[in-house]
Amino acid sequence: METKVEEVAPRSRILQALEDQDTSASFLDPLESEMILNMGPQHPATHGVLRLLVKLDGETVVGCLPELGYLHRGYEKLAENCTYHEFIPHTDRLDYISPLSNNTAYSLAVEKLLGIEAPARAQFIRTIISELARISSHLLFLGSLSMDVGALTVWMWSFREREKLYDIFENLVGARFTTSYTRIGGLAQDLTPEVAAMIREYITAFPGNLEECEKLLNRNRIFIGRCDGVGIITREQAIDLGVTGPTLRASGVNHDLRRTLPYLIYDQFDFDIPMFEGGDSLARYYQRMAEMKESVKIVRQALEKIPNGPIHAFKPHNVLPRKKEVYTRMEELIHDFMLINFGVDPPDGEIYFSIEAPKGELGFYIMSKKGDGHPWRFKIRSPSFVNIHALPTMLKGAMISDVVAIIGSLDPVMGEADK
Amino acid sequence: MDNQTVLVRLKTRFGGAILESREFRGELTVVVPKERIVEVCSDLKNDPDLSYDFLSDLCGIDMFTPEKRFGVIYNLLSLKNRHRLRIKTFTEQENPRIQTVSGIWGTANAHERETYDMFGIVFEGHPDLRRMYMPDEFEYYPLRKDFPLMGIPGSLPLPKK
Repeated sequence: METKVEEVAPRSRILQALEDQDTSASFLDPLESEMILNMGPQHPATHGVLRLLVKLDGETVVGCLPELGYLHRGYEKLAENCTYHEFIPHTDRLDYISPLSNNTAYSLAVEKLLGIEAPARAQFIRTIISELARISSHLLFLGSLSMDVGALTVWMWSFREREKLYDIFENLVGARFTTSYTRIGGLAQDLTPEVAAMIREYITAFPGNLEECEKLLNRNRIFIGRCDGVGIITREQAIDLGVTGPTLRASGVNHDLRRTLPYLIYDQFDFDIPMFEGGDSLARYYQRMAEMKESVKIVRQALEKIPNGPIHAFKPHNVLPRKKEVYTRMEELIHDFMLINFGVDPPDGEIYFSIEAPKGELGFYIMSKKGDGHPWRFKIRSPSFVNIHALPTMLKGAMISDVVAIIGSLDPVMGEADK
Repeated sequence: MDNQTVLVRLKTRFGGAILESREFRGELTVVVPKERIVEVCSDLKNDPDLSYDFLSDLCGIDMFTPEKRFGVIYNLLSLKNRHRLRIKTFTEQENPRIQTVSGIWGTANAHERETYDMFGIVFEGHPDLRRMYMPDEFEYYPLRKDFPLMGIPGSLPLPKK
């Protein structure tokens, strides 16, 4: 018995000596292992020209600083020097993944400032294109997130679906990418029966195709392992940081502007606002998948209910006349001349209008002065700009390899973050 | 909660601090003096009835008048009451300074940095007031009305070869 104690004792004494505070020295950072890693602006996982300065301790992120401005084009300054109609093409370049919903948001904001409203058919078409834009944006999210965590097939499949959407946009608008479809008080052209049939065909096939992608991911061990529990943002943090859109709802906040402050005709449709509690990358993935299915519901109901009628409000001082009438009638020619050269002339006032864009709350603050065809101040409240500034909170404590999964689940677009 | 209720409530609470109020297209705008902006904002957020817990947007404005030249605009949203409110405050032309609200809403941090970058309004007490979009050594403030649309030649040095 005694020999046994003697055998153990020297080892434990050494261990005890090692653990003793008097014999061991502790340094806060003995090897100065904290390093600053520069990620971007040219990095495939940052979805554009986002630059992150990440402070690392070993493989753990201890701090993060987003640097913006690599795509800054000064749209707010440009808008102050454009007429209201001239700025429509610039809105395509904000969130270039879903230009149709930016067009809609801008037109609705200017219409609110002018105090006019587009006719019912135009409102239905705007709802349909906003929801198609949401599907298009969330499909890109699906593809890029899964590619960021290593599943390349889903990228191909989601881009196949986006390609069909672009075909629809091409037939509806005449352009695939930079649509500039809406006009103040109306739309550029009407929804033809052929395009309506294309959309109907698309939304019939889409849920099945989406399910194929889900089958690849929902029970995929690698995908879940990479996304589960990373980049958590709590409910309180999300509200405090002003995060909006799917990211906010994936943190358990039931806030969707389509429900909270309804615009267009969203109060006429029967759809749910999905909500998840996790607040991590996986919840944000589930959130967007569920939102796409709700968008399909809205498009289907809108196509059923869509009324016939004009697509332009009859407000000659504010709404551009049709080209056919400009060439044949005097009044329309005069209005066209005045609108092109001097623009619409809203009264003294200021409005803030926002819609639920695919990425979150896209708002426009416009201040106008009477007698001036330009906005005096034009502010774009872009969802990506605010969401990116939640990254330091999400990244804190994450592993370096999770950074791409977190950025991917946030789905920022630098076009609107940098304005 | 409608605009009138909010306005009456603000007037009883702050009295002289409500310099001006206007309703346009159903949106209420209230102008307050810059000295009391933090007090008004924290009350708007913490009051259980009003509860403007979500700062949708914060931006600057250049009115281009000698007095009250620069302004800051706070677009608030109450998630509980589903109501929007706009607070405005103005500051002088020379050395524009204003108290930060980033302690009240975390999102103001980014918006105030952007406003500083574009208008040169200094937010006192801001934890990290740097340029947002423009390079750090840039001397001008692009969204001021006296900054030309075409830019100032030579203000952005090209990299040396």
